[in-house]
Amino acid sequence: MTSIGTGYDLSVSTYSPDGRVFQVEYAQKAVDNSGTAVGLRVKDGVVLAVEKIKHSRLLVPHANRRIMTASKHIGVATAGWISDTRHLVKRVRDEARDYRSTYKVEIPAKIIAERMGMYAQAYTLYSAVRPFGVSTIIGTVDADGPQLYMIEPSGQYVGYRGCAAGKGKQVAKTEIEKLNLDQMTAREAIKEAARIIYAAHDDSKDKLFELELSWVCAESNGLHVHVPQDLFDEAIQHAERSLNDDDDDDEMEGDDE
Amino acid sequence: MDPIEIRLPHTIQRPKATPNYGPRTHTTRPIVTGTSVIAFKYKDGIMMAADCLASYGSLARFRNEKRLMAVGETTLLGVSGDMSDFQHMQHTLESILTQEYDMDDGQKLGTKSVYKCISNIMYNRRTKVDPLWNSYVIGGLDNGEKILGYVDLYGTTYQSATIATGFGGHLAQPILRRRVEGREDELSEEEAVQILDECMRVLFYRDARSLNKLRRAKVTAQGVEISEPYMLETNWSFAESITGYGS
Amino acid sequence: MASLRPGEANLGTTIMAVEFDGGVVVGADSRTTTGAYIANRVTDKLTKVHDLIYCCRSGSAADTQAIADVVKYHLELYAAQHNEPPTVKVAASLFQEICYQNKNNLSAGIIVAGWDARDGASVYEIPLGGSIHRQTFAIGGSGSTYIYGYCDKVFRDGMTKEQCVEFVKNSVSLAMTRDGSSGGVVRLAVITKDNVERIFVPGDMLPEQYLG
Repeated sequence: MTSIGTGYDLSVSTYSPDGRVFQVEYAQKAVDNSGTAVGLRVKDGVVLAVEKIKHSRLLVPHANRRIMTASKHIGVATAGWISDTRHLVKRVRDEARDYRSTYKVEIPAKIIAERMGMYAQAYTLYSAVRPFGVSTIIGTVDADGPQLYMIEPSGQYVGYRGCAAGKGKQVAKTEIEKLNLDQMTAREAIKEAARIIYAAHDDSKDKLFELELSWVCAESNGLHVHVPQDLFDEAIQHAERSLNDDDDDDEMEGDDE
Repeated sequence: MDPIEIRLPHTIQRPKATPNYGPRTHTTRPIVTGTSVIAFKYKDGIMMAADCLASYGSLARFRNEKRLMAVGETTLLGVSGDMSDFQHMQHTLESILTQEYDMDDGQKLGTKSVYKCISNIMYNRRTKVDPLWNSYVIGGLDNGEKILGYVDLYGTTYQSATIATGFGGHLAQPILRRRVEGREDELSEEEAVQILDECMRVLFYRDARSLNKLRRAKVTAQGVEISEPYMLETNWSFAESITGYGS
Repeated sequence: MASLRPGEANLGTTIMAVEFDGGVVVGADSRTTTGAYIANRVTDKLTKVHDLIYCCRSGSAADTQAIADVVKYHLELYAAQHNEPPTVKVAASLFQEICYQNKNNLSAGIIVAGWDARDGASVYEIPLGGSIHRQTFAIGGSGSTYIYGYCDKVFRDGMTKEQCVEFVKNSVSLAMTRDGSSGGVVRLAVITKDNVERIFVPGDMLPEQYLG
């Protein structure tokens, strides 16, 4: 980015000679620096998980959440700037409310994803604005069943069975690919999501982090809620145990050598 | 993307029904209406009842209407008056409730807040000379405290141990005063139901816009519970011996 | 509520819709009047707003046509944006919102009926004030007041398509002969998941009834 980017990376309203918009790619970098966010769409619901990196021990637990609710049944998990996130979540809420007041039914996932995609994309067109440094994962159960979408800073939006964004997205995606999501229940997915966040966490870079876990499923009455404390604790135990198992395996391999 | 606006261009352009000078009026009249709601405090919380009728003038047009609804987890709302305005209020409350839910701050909208909220909406609309043509009864438990309040189209509010709207104010309130007032902390659920049914029976006998198909609802520490529609037993047999017009 | 202005065409009407398993039957008379003069004796008051969603219009002809046009536009847009047909509920909600927000300037009583993959057959009634009411069968317009008793007596849950057609035909005919503002022919439409079938009953071939 250093050589070619020179001169062409100052504004989203200018392409580079090879057809790139560097500001959008830089926005993606902001996302890649963030704690990992994961979304899983399973047979009976959607699960969202976030590795919220804590920059201070003084922070109150559960403060500055990165999984937020927009319209009772819609969950939003993000990777990137938290301030941009809050702006985007407000937008999701406004869109959901407007849709409801027009059609008197809840907004379907594909429509909210499309509208948020359009919104993000508009911020890649004008020199006076900066693209959002956020990848937005939208999880919901609508009239057609569980749905999962992710919107990138470029405005690209895609529907997924499982998706990840942030620092650990490569590790997370590899882990997600191993899962049989279509056969999995939301209860099982909670544990897997926690495990993936723990696996994607890099202890050498960030010591402190807090796991956020939420879901939308029949057990949550179709609402987006943070998972109940007992399930949350269980998921963390599961995550820590499998992490230790992996470590043991590594050590054993080491012994053989 | 901008929300879709629904507009009727021709109604904006065409001459207004009222001239542009003189007082500006919005107020219409209620069209599809619900009659009385009655409610009172009892030992475990709040009891409320309303029938299932939405009248169209004197025509008993819709006979399966829900005029009691839960607002959040601890509040009960009963409505008299225009049903279209009530449906508007339902959507407004749903929107507010969603907003509160999204906040995710551990706070729940309590009965006092809901009461204040509805009062503000009603007073705000009457100030615009465009009232929502309703009387609302709001009841619930707010941190264990029994709350029962009234709001109408003028924005008038008051709280009381017994409340009755419309015809109920004339026919049920005297009964409630006699049987409930001063005893709201000792009335058992059984007695409360009995009082409620007695009031609704009198209303069915004497209110020409009422229906013998009603719902009963209560708010207790367990939350809001709204019954399925039921009918009251009525007595007409005494009339067999009544003939002539009594001179 | 807006009353008719001098010279305004009125659909002083009989309209009706009934649900059956798999579809709906909608029906209407065909009379449009300006005062006592019949401006149109063969009006079509059954208006298509989407492939499988119809509305029955009563009240001001101008108002209800304008509303139906707006809703039709919104439903077309909806279908394009959602890549699937709108539900009857969505269509009815659009009608309701317009009728409610403009209640002071409109005189429109509308029945919305149709079939969608989500809820199957459904019927919604939107009377004057702009409230919305889900019904298994609905009657509306000035003529309907004469047939409440008949409909309440004859209607049964779980009627077949053919029984519903007969029910609507008989009810609308009875209203037409007692209501001066209703008359002409009976127009029916049967909406099922596959198609819409139009049925026409000429004014001289209405079901037999007491005319004394």
